Amino acid sequence: MAAITISGVKKRYKKNDVIHGVDVEIEAGEFVVILGPSGCGKSTLLRMIAGLEEISEGTIAIDGTVVNQLEPRERGCAMVFQNYALYPHMTVSQNIGYALKVAGMPKAEREAKVLKVAKSVSLEPYLDRKPGELSGGQRQRVAMARAMVREPKVFLFDEPFSNLDAKLRVAMRAEVRNLHRSLGVTSVFVTHDQTEAMTLADRLIVMNSGIVEQVGKPSEVYHNPASLFVADFIGSPSMNLVRGFFAEDGYFRHGQGGMLSLPGLAKAHLSREVSIGVRPELVRRVDAGHKGAIAAVVDYTEELGASRLIYARADGSPIIAVDDGNDALGTGMPIHFAVSESDIHVFDHTTGRRIDHAGAAVRATDSVSA
Amino acid sequence: MERRAYYKNGGLPWLLIAPQLILVLVFFYWPTTQALYWAFTLEQPWGGGNTWVGFANFLGIFRDGQYWAMVGRSAFYAIATTAISMVIALTLAAFVDRSLKGTKLFQSVFVWPYAIAAPAAGVAFRFIFSPDAGLVGAINQIWPGLWNPAINGAHALAMVIVCHAWLGIGYNFIFFLAALQMIPRSLSEAGAMDGARPFRRMMDLQLPLITPTVFFLIIMNLISSFTDSFGLIDVMTEGGPIGSTEVMVYNIYVDGFKGLDYSGAAAQSIVLMLLVIALTFVQFKWVEKRVHYN
Amino acid sequence: MIERSPFFDFVSYAAMILGLFLVLVPFWITFVAGSMSLPEVARVPISMLPSGHLFENIQTAWVRADLGPKMVNSLIVASGVTIGKITLAALSAFSIVFFNYRARMLCFWLIFITLMLPLEVRIVPTYSIAANALLPFQFLLDTLGITWLIETVSGIRVGLEWNLLNSYTGLILPLVATATGTFLYRQFFMTIPDELVEASKMDGSGPLRFFWDVLLPLSRTNMLALATIMFVSSWNQYLWPLLITTDRTNYGTVVMQLKALIPAQNGTPDWNVTMAGALIIMLPPLLVVALMQRWFVRGLISRDK
Repeated sequence: MAAITISGVKKRYKKNDVIHGVDVEIEAGEFVVILGPSGCGKSTLLRMIAGLEEISEGTIAIDGTVVNQLEPRERGCAMVFQNYALYPHMTVSQNIGYALKVAGMPKAEREAKVLKVAKSVSLEPYLDRKPGELSGGQRQRVAMARAMVREPKVFLFDEPFSNLDAKLRVAMRAEVRNLHRSLGVTSVFVTHDQTEAMTLADRLIVMNSGIVEQVGKPSEVYHNPASLFVADFIGSPSMNLVRGFFAEDGYFRHGQGGMLSLPGLAKAHLSREVSIGVRPELVRRVDAGHKGAIAAVVDYTEELGASRLIYARADGSPIIAVDDGNDALGTGMPIHFAVSESDIHVFDHTTGRRIDHAGAAVRATDSVSA
Repeated sequence: MERRAYYKNGGLPWLLIAPQLILVLVFFYWPTTQALYWAFTLEQPWGGGNTWVGFANFLGIFRDGQYWAMVGRSAFYAIATTAISMVIALTLAAFVDRSLKGTKLFQSVFVWPYAIAAPAAGVAFRFIFSPDAGLVGAINQIWPGLWNPAINGAHALAMVIVCHAWLGIGYNFIFFLAALQMIPRSLSEAGAMDGARPFRRMMDLQLPLITPTVFFLIIMNLISSFTDSFGLIDVMTEGGPIGSTEVMVYNIYVDGFKGLDYSGAAAQSIVLMLLVIALTFVQFKWVEKRVHYN
Repeated sequence: MIERSPFFDFVSYAAMILGLFLVLVPFWITFVAGSMSLPEVARVPISMLPSGHLFENIQTAWVRADLGPKMVNSLIVASGVTIGKITLAALSAFSIVFFNYRARMLCFWLIFITLMLPLEVRIVPTYSIAANALLPFQFLLDTLGITWLIETVSGIRVGLEWNLLNSYTGLILPLVATATGTFLYRQFFMTIPDELVEASKMDGSGPLRFFWDVLLPLSRTNMLALATIMFVSSWNQYLWPLLITTDRTNYGTVVMQLKALIPAQNGTPDWNVTMAGALIIMLPPLLVVALMQRWFVRGLISRDK
């Protein structure tokens, strides 16, 4: 178990910054997921922790020791790679035991350890097979066993499930979770899959184009997104966002003459250029006569089984709602929605940061509360 | 393709590559430089060192009508060898590619000529084509004196060309077959759906699709015919009769080692070298760019 | 085969059988003639059926061309060149692909461009370097004035000399540099995923350990292919051994002996002995190719891409 301190870390490729200064504190024993779209720098950050990428600026410390100059093997990290990176010419047991062999551990001791680890991930029957003869899930487990056998201070996972099918992915997720619960080793897990991130993480680090957008517990990130990017990126279907401004009459004006009565918010954010957002599941369907109802026209619907998604358009702005009704909704039919003022998120349009109801912008790391 | 995973290790990479670099410098670049030096200088008869003579050595060989006759002969030799060898190999590969029953056997035999030393094949072919023994000599029993490579230069050249072409069959066959097998099967199936019969498909689909390989092999064969013919000719004809099978490589050897005319031989080497470089250049620039099917 | 077309199938078989004849006739005649007695081999046209004198002919050829020691020499040279080429090619390619230093592409091109300088075009000067392989270094010392310096200081004139004529080193060393092999290994190494390198770094192994534990085992197929090609080409070398050995008795190779087996212009036309000799000389590389066909075809092909 070890804490990881990342301070002021930058990554530069030929004068091009791909990571613009990251400051994150990962606590000992914590399971942290770095989430972000492809190209956001999440894997680069992970690989800098591992020692596979040079750190252009700033420091990374594991357990209080700055590791910038240390070789990967000296950092006490183990890594599970996206494509598993198993040695194709070695058997499962040789793959798992390779690090121990390199470290010079005697054969008998090594084999005992390999066997123990293999048992814990139910790989025992396959120890003499080559990776080529294993299924995707089994290979994945070999990769995990290889990381576990070294009893590292830190586990690093680089999108380890992206090559698995949906069902296996869910199963592996549970396995990783259990593994963490039983070993309690500090883990950093990189993924672009938000479901994976939400279910695994003690804390989430959301990254976008080289900067950290938000750090926080999954529920916090979901319910209090710190920026427009996070609001849009997390959640499926994504948050309804619309750009406009609050007028003195207590209305929010947007699109082609759209008006929303939000007197409370209008008072707080008067005349400000903002984007406001609301989660689709918090958009309610109401009757036409409902006070403050938003009149919209149905574009189409998507049946999900337990519920359905309504894609509609109100004054030229698209709006998505989750609905559990089963009445026929054809394209072009009128429909009415309502949202509670308290469910609305407000973002400064120029900075993209969240504005809390007192009017101040929320900083990326403010919501860290661990 | 850019790799991202490198090792950092100051001197180690140099240590690893040094042996080969040294060999390359000593046995390739140094002699090449020497050849250039000799080609532009003339050794003084009484050990006075070499004097700079500019292009005199080149002019010397270029003014020699026999040299041009030999260059023409070498070109003919190269083109004929390349054509014969490639046509045979391509035909065989096209049929083997149909994967009929038993083709595996044919396939492995067709590769065999690749393994044979040119001089060994030369000895065998010399016997086969001998005027008074072997196989072809039988003609002389019907029409006495019709075939005699020992006296008739054209016969001798034909004999050497046939042997060189035979030696190339294996190499060409391997490449043609591989290229043909690289063509997606679905393409042949689409051709069949369009109503094309097997022979038609061979002509309309397979052949056009392997043009890159055809060009690659043309260049490789030409280079090899210009440079690899020494052993064959030395064993079969020694350049005779009366120089009728003397090609560029053989002449360099004769002038350099028999005639001890280092400057002349060096100038000829440079010409041959430029030829090889030009062919390789065509291979790299022109062929790679012009012929592409995906 | 997509549809049935009996006629075209027939044509295909006919063509392939014709090809089989074309390819096999030289082998067959070599074998048949090698098995005949002198009168039998003198018959024109030659009979296409083997006779029973193969072993005595081989024996005669063996003695006449002194094939015993020559076989040993050929084997030493071919194995030496093969091993040397594979080792150097693997090490150079490893250095070029897995280390990031400024001059690596320059190094690669220096090696690769030698493809355009086949032995045949530089025989004359190469021969002179074989007489003293240290010539370039001497030249370097001379031009840099180091020779002069040492001479003035110590009075000793530095004369570097290493004669390669008539030695195994001379037969092997100049052939060991290999553009083809380096290129082939480089192509293969470039297909090794970055993650494998990184995994082994995480497992704690350094570059040499990675080379030995991971790269070499993975490149076994390529190595076999390369070995086949290299063995065949070095066994079949003719021009170079001819130049570098004046002492044929001790350093000649079998392929060089072929010429000695050919009947003299006015001598006994004992082609049976010649052919028996040719047969055993062409046999070793043929066996290697036949046995290794699966591997070596793959190795040869990857060369053009």
